[in-house]
Amino acid sequence: MANLKNVTKKTKAQAMGMHTEVLTGRTQQKFFNPDEAENFYYFGTYDVDFNKRTDLDVKDMTAADANKEIDNLMSQGYGTIVIKNPQGKHSIGVGILNKLNLIFEGSLGYFGIGSCDGPIVRINGRVGWSCAENLMAGKVVIEKNAGSCFGAAIRGGDLICKGSVGARTGIDMKGGTIIIGGDAGAFTGFMMQRGRIIILGNVGINLGDSMYDGTIFVGGEIGSYGSDAVDAELTKSDQDWLKRKLKVAEIGDNFDVSKMKKIVAGKKLWNYDNLEPTEKKGAI
Amino acid sequence: MCGIAGLIHRGKSSKVGHELQGMLQALKHRGEDSTGYALYGDTDGKNFIMRFKVGENVGEGSTSVAEDVSVYDERKKIVDSYLSEMGAKIIKEDRILPYSLRYEIEYNKKDLLEFSQKIESIPGVEILSMGKSLEVIKDLGNAKMVCDRYNLDKLIGTHAIGHARMATESGVDIKSAHPFWGYPFSDVSVVHNGQLTNYWNNRRALENKGMRFMSECDSELIAVYLAEKMRDGASLEEGMKESLTGLDGVFTYFVATKDSLGMAKDTMAAKPLVLYESDELVAMGSEEIAIRSILPQEIDTYDPFDGEVKVWQI
Repeated sequence: MANLKNVTKKTKAQAMGMHTEVLTGRTQQKFFNPDEAENFYYFGTYDVDFNKRTDLDVKDMTAADANKEIDNLMSQGYGTIVIKNPQGKHSIGVGILNKLNLIFEGSLGYFGIGSCDGPIVRINGRVGWSCAENLMAGKVVIEKNAGSCFGAAIRGGDLICKGSVGARTGIDMKGGTIIIGGDAGAFTGFMMQRGRIIILGNVGINLGDSMYDGTIFVGGEIGSYGSDAVDAELTKSDQDWLKRKLKVAEIGDNFDVSKMKKIVAGKKLWNYDNLEPTEKKGAI
Repeated sequence: MCGIAGLIHRGKSSKVGHELQGMLQALKHRGEDSTGYALYGDTDGKNFIMRFKVGENVGEGSTSVAEDVSVYDERKKIVDSYLSEMGAKIIKEDRILPYSLRYEIEYNKKDLLEFSQKIESIPGVEILSMGKSLEVIKDLGNAKMVCDRYNLDKLIGTHAIGHARMATESGVDIKSAHPFWGYPFSDVSVVHNGQLTNYWNNRRALENKGMRFMSECDSELIAVYLAEKMRDGASLEEGMKESLTGLDGVFTYFVATKDSLGMAKDTMAAKPLVLYESDELVAMGSEEIAIRSILPQEIDTYDPFDGEVKVWQI
C-alpha cells in the first residue's frame, strides 16, 4: 500500500492507484485543491453579470433547445435569466455549473434543475418528479407543490418547496438541506446518507426508512417510522439552526421550532462519520 | 411505462374526445403500442351502446394472428343472431373497421352477465364496453391515430379516461389494451399504470367466484376486482379503498362510472399522478404536460399522496 502519510501533491486515491485512467475529450478529471480555495471552478463555466438580465420564452422550444439557449445566454454574460412559458416541460434548467439567477415564470415537469452546481433558481409554479436531482450547490425555491423524489441524491445546496411534496423526498441524499413548507409523502428520507430535511407539515409512512445518517425535522404528524429511523433530542443548537434556515428559506414565519421532532439513524455504520461534504471543505 | 389521463366536467358537457386525445397524445412518449379511450357521451339513456370486436388489429407491431375478413363477417352474423335470440333489438349499427363495431341496442333486462357470456361465447368476439353512456375505443397506435381512425374528435360528453400503453406484461393487441370494461357492470371502466404482483392469486380466486377475464394483462384485474366488490354490494369508493390492500404492487389507476370519476394510488406512491381540481373541471394525468394540453395557462396542480382515493361526481 502507498505511504499515505507522505502524500504531498497527489491525492490519496491516486497514490493508492485508484485513478490510473487517462481521461480525454469533454470528460475532465479535476481534484479539489485547498490552495485554490474559492477559485476552484469547472471547465466550461462562464463569468456572468447578475445585473445583465434577459427573458427566454420556451413555449415552442424543446427541452434540449431551451437548455442550449440558457447555456448560450450565460456565455454572453447574462447572469439573470427569466424563463417564460415552461408549461410543465421536462428536464429544463439542467446541468448548470455556474452562478446564475434563473427564474421560471411557470411550472416544470420532471427532472427540472437536475445535476446543477451553483445557480440560484426560483420557480413560480410547481415542479414534477425528481426536481433538483443531484444538486451540488446553490439554492432552488419552488413557490407551489413538488412531485415525488424531490431532491433525490443531492449533495449540497438548499432546496426549498413552499407547498407540499410527494413521496421519497430526499431519497439517497448525501448532503445539503431540503425544506418543505407543507406536507411530505411516504418514504421521505429513504436511504438518506447525509444532509438535513425539514418538514413543517405532516409526513407519510416509513419516514427515514433505511437511512444511514443525516437528520430529519418534522413539525407535524408522522405516518410511521421506517426501519432504522429513531427519535433524537432536539437541542438548543438544532433550534437555532432551524430558525436560521427557515428565515433564509422565507417560510415558516413564527413557526415554533421547539416543538419539532428530530429523527436520526438508529444504527451506526462502520467507518462512517457525520461530516457533510461542505463541512469537510470548511474544515480543510 | 404507460401513461394515463382522465377528466371530468362538472355541470356541463364538452368535447371530451378531443380533449382526451390531446392529453394522451402529450403522453405518447410513455408508450404508443396501443391507446384506449373510455368516453362518457351525452345520450338519452334509453338504449345500450355496445362496442365490440370480432377480431384483432393485425397491423404492424401486432402480436395477433391474421384472419380473413370473412371470418369477421361470420362472427358478426352470429352476434346478430344471438342478440335476436335474447330479445335485444339493434337500433343502429356502425361497422367502423372490419373488426370493430358499435351497436345501439334496445335491451330491457338489467343483468348483463348472461347477455355478455352469450355474446362472448363466440370465439374471437369480445365486448369492449356495454353501457348507456360509456364507449370504450381501443386500438394499436398513438392517441391521434386511434382518434382519427374512430373519429372520436367530435364526441361530446361529461367525462373520460384513457391510456397510452407500452406493452410489458402481455401482447400488443386490442384485448390487452386499456381501458377495461368493468364486466358485467354497465358503464364502468378502468385504466391503470403500474404492475400488479399478486395478479395470478387474485385471478384464480375471482375466477372461482365466476368472474371473467379476457386477457392476461394484469391491469384487467383491477376492473374485475372492483366489479366483484360492487357485485357484493360495496360502493365504488369502498371497493377502491379495499383495493389498496387487496392488490399488491405499484399502481395508479382511474375508474369511471356513468356519473363519476375516481383515482387510487398505491401505498408506496410509486407511480406518478398529477392532479388539477377546480369547481368546473378535474383533470389528471401521469404528467403535467397532459393537463397542459387542455389548460395551457398557469394552474395549481399537485401529486396525490400515497394510499389516496378520490372520487368526483359530474
